[in-house]
Amino acid sequence: MIVRDDEPGHNGVMSEIVYDVAVIGGGNAALCAAITAREAGCSVIVLEHAPKAMRGGNSRHTRNLRAMHDAPTSVLTEAYLEDEYWDDLLRVTGGQTDEALARMTIRESQRVIPWMLGHGVRFQPSLTGTLNLSRTNAFFLGGGKALVNAYYLAAARLGIAIRYDSEVLSIDLDDGFARSVTVRSGGADTMIRARTFVASAGGFQANMDMLRASWGEAADNFLIRGTPYAQGTVLNSLLAQGVEAIGDASQFHAVAIDARAPKFDGGIVTRLDCIPFSIVVNRNAQRFYDEGEDVWPKRYAIWGRLVAQQPGQIAWSVFDAKCRALFMPSVYPAYRADTIEGLATQIGLDSAALRQTVDNYNAAVRPGSFNTQVLDDCATEGLAPPKTHWAQRIDTPPYYSYPHRPGITFTYLGVKVDAQARVIMQDGRPAANLFASGEIMAGSILGRGYLAGFGMTIGTVFGRLAGQGAARHARN
Amino acid sequence: MRETEAVLAAKHAIEICNACRYCEGYCAVFPAMELQRDFTLADMGYLANLCHNCNGCYHACQFAPPHEYGINLPKHFAEVRLESYAQFAWPQPLARAFERNGVVVAAVMALAITFVLLAVTLLVTPDVVFRPHLGPGAFYAVVSWGAMASVAGATLLFSIAALSVGAIRFWCATRSELTGPVTWRAVRRAATDIVTLRYLGGAGEGCNDADASFSLARRHAHHALAGGFALCFAATSVATVFDHFLGWVAPYGWFSLPVVLGTLGGISMITGCAGLMRVKLITDPAPVSRRVLGGDWALLALLLAAAVTGLGVLALRETSAMGVVMALHLGVILALFVLLPYGKFVHGVYRGAALLKAAVERDRHRPVA
Ligand SMILES: Cc1cc2nc3c(=O)[nH]c(=O)nc-3n(C[C@H](O)[C@H](O)[C@H](O)COP(=O)(O)OP(=O)(O)OC[C@H]3O[C@@H](n4cnc5c(N)ncnc54)[C@H](O)[C@@H]3O)c2cc1C
Ligand code: SF4
Ligand code: SF4
Repeated sequence: MIVRDDEPGHNGVMSEIVYDVAVIGGGNAALCAAITAREAGCSVIVLEHAPKAMRGGNSRHTRNLRAMHDAPTSVLTEAYLEDEYWDDLLRVTGGQTDEALARMTIRESQRVIPWMLGHGVRFQPSLTGTLNLSRTNAFFLGGGKALVNAYYLAAARLGIAIRYDSEVLSIDLDDGFARSVTVRSGGADTMIRARTFVASAGGFQANMDMLRASWGEAADNFLIRGTPYAQGTVLNSLLAQGVEAIGDASQFHAVAIDARAPKFDGGIVTRLDCIPFSIVVNRNAQRFYDEGEDVWPKRYAIWGRLVAQQPGQIAWSVFDAKCRALFMPSVYPAYRADTIEGLATQIGLDSAALRQTVDNYNAAVRPGSFNTQVLDDCATEGLAPPKTHWAQRIDTPPYYSYPHRPGITFTYLGVKVDAQARVIMQDGRPAANLFASGEIMAGSILGRGYLAGFGMTIGTVFGRLAGQGAARHARN
Repeated sequence: MRETEAVLAAKHAIEICNACRYCEGYCAVFPAMELQRDFTLADMGYLANLCHNCNGCYHACQFAPPHEYGINLPKHFAEVRLESYAQFAWPQPLARAFERNGVVVAAVMALAITFVLLAVTLLVTPDVVFRPHLGPGAFYAVVSWGAMASVAGATLLFSIAALSVGAIRFWCATRSELTGPVTWRAVRRAATDIVTLRYLGGAGEGCNDADASFSLARRHAHHALAGGFALCFAATSVATVFDHFLGWVAPYGWFSLPVVLGTLGGISMITGCAGLMRVKLITDPAPVSRRVLGGDWALLALLLAAAVTGLGVLALRETSAMGVVMALHLGVILALFVLLPYGKFVHGVYRGAALLKAAVERDRHRPVA
């Protein structure tokens, strides 16, 4: 039976309709669950905090998804098998993962691309991707917002009720049994009842109070790369009602983005890839880490934390004309001057100190053959910290600088789930009618680090599992 | 390009796109953009004309309004295109035609029709105009072949010259250190892109019209219109050869080559115009610039009028209405020829040139970083 309940404002009252499945959130994980449950015959409502124009959470900022495959497909080259995928995951997480859940996710990822195609998502042909990832990752045509649009169109076609501007304040649990959700919309609170619930409301990285709890005042200088709606309200509601937590509340994935980026939603374009070809100094004009430790794809994710640990949570990269064309363009123009002193003045650093740092660095650079494609032999000698690769003298004007601040991608704290996407209670038993998918449970598999494209894989795999599980439960 | 608000908005957007590149699969604009790191104002004239206005990148953009970056490439580009048409127009005083193009087109059409009607009534006795004409030479009883050919020919030649000057100006203004000599390979590639309307395809899926769903309606309608136009042109050319070189004087039978070509062409043009008008009406207005709408509708109206009156001549050719309909048709065709370089029609020329430039550059360079 199709139940439509699109009228806004059931002011402060309990809604009349009991949906089979209520999905909380409006990103990739939520939509995959909603569509799956609807196709299994359930009446489904999607509750999205954001307005329509900003729907889709962090998913709207994504670009690709990592999928296992044993032969080339229309969107992926060669093969990428379970063991290699697992090894990659093990490496980035340093073991903070759950092998059974992870391997299940990896195997399921084989099946997601045909499903996505079937629901309107389009991919770029396999050979044109900007990054050389077309073996492991499939790139969405138009990026994550196009994917989210496709799912919303599919949801509308299927007759799923979609409510924007609807913030779920709590999922009301009664001894491991979810009864209703409290929704704030247009200033009024409503209770919406359903037989089963899927929590897909993302992380808490946009909740400044929660970040401050772990990071103190430093948190005020963090930028949030994605949606401002990632407030962790649903996560907190569940954790406060006996749901088992997973992951460290103080941990997040962060990269060093342009300090001029907007506080929220700056997305991919604020990233800066110049660090391996620069020196990076803090506000005292001192270097603090080996900029050339490894190739950038393996190091970009540590720089958010490194900058977060510097005074004022800010750092400046400095490089010269030789390096300007070696990395992807970014949105904000680099500061530029003909002398190091001039550059220091522009960026507000002590010019003598910056001069000294550059001079010390230049004196320590040993000759080598510069090569961006490999871990080359251009390194410093007798400098602390060293720069172990791509170290070239900074001596060719004009000189350039970018300001960097920590840009948080997502947080690790989440709810624990089992292999059927059921939420686990503190007593170890699964909740009867509560499922979770996406960032809100990703910590169960990705306890640390990050593997490009794995966030969308987790959201899609667990979204579908949650949708299936919820539908099965609702029909019983 | 002059430093206008639209050009600066496009440049700001493109700088963000070049750091993002999520839309690179949609069309030729993004691969062309990716060859560069710093953009000039002239580059905006080039990229804007490369844009086919499919709206794909608007609906896909996580930085579209209300995001503070406010990216809306189809809208920025439509405005830059309009400004580029004016800037490259020849002779320059006529560039003002692009300012209120809808009004200009309507006025020229009215003038041209009046001119032909007046000429016919002054040169030919009313009695001749309103009498049914049958048999060889029937049309020329109303307007002599010489008059028809010389007015149309002279106008068309002038327009082709003006379009060519515009194309050359566009090429010179937008060429950069990336542009190299034009190769056959590039010409072939550009010609394929033009004939197949590859980029009204959004990687084979089509355009975003009413919403973020893909539709090939616009591509198909454009094919129908352009194909119909070509058939009508072919019909006229064949008829000229029949008439002038083979001595077979018009009108021709229903199943003669010119009439079959013209009939199919006319029907196809009407279908195409109707299809494009429908798409215009249902398209989400957010990525559309109101500044260009007048000119867009005017060209569609003009082409529709050309096709309808052309079929009218055919249908009514044995009746007493033929003279008037014929004069109307010739008036519309005259207006079309006059307006070729001063209306939306120029999009074909500049887009063709932009596609050629893109093909040349893509063969010579790799994306930066
Ligand atoms: C800039 C950037 C680029 C990224 N690129 C990639 C990539 O290329 N590939 C990849 O795999 N991953 C990428 N990620 C990570 C990826 O975004 C996440 O892993 C993924 O989007 C999580 O999906 P989700 O549906 O769980 O969360 P989200 O997409 O964040 O969705 C959460 C939804 O819940 C809603 N919500 C939150 N609170 C409430 C509430 N109280 N009530 C109602 N609704 C609520 C939000 O509005 C939102 O719609 C990227 C992240 C960022 C920031
Ligand atoms: S239009 Fe938006 S999503 Fe597309 S490339 Fe540009 S910035 Fe990226
Ligand atoms: S509107 Fe379409 S053709 Fe124009 S730039 Fe965007 S994607 Fe390309």
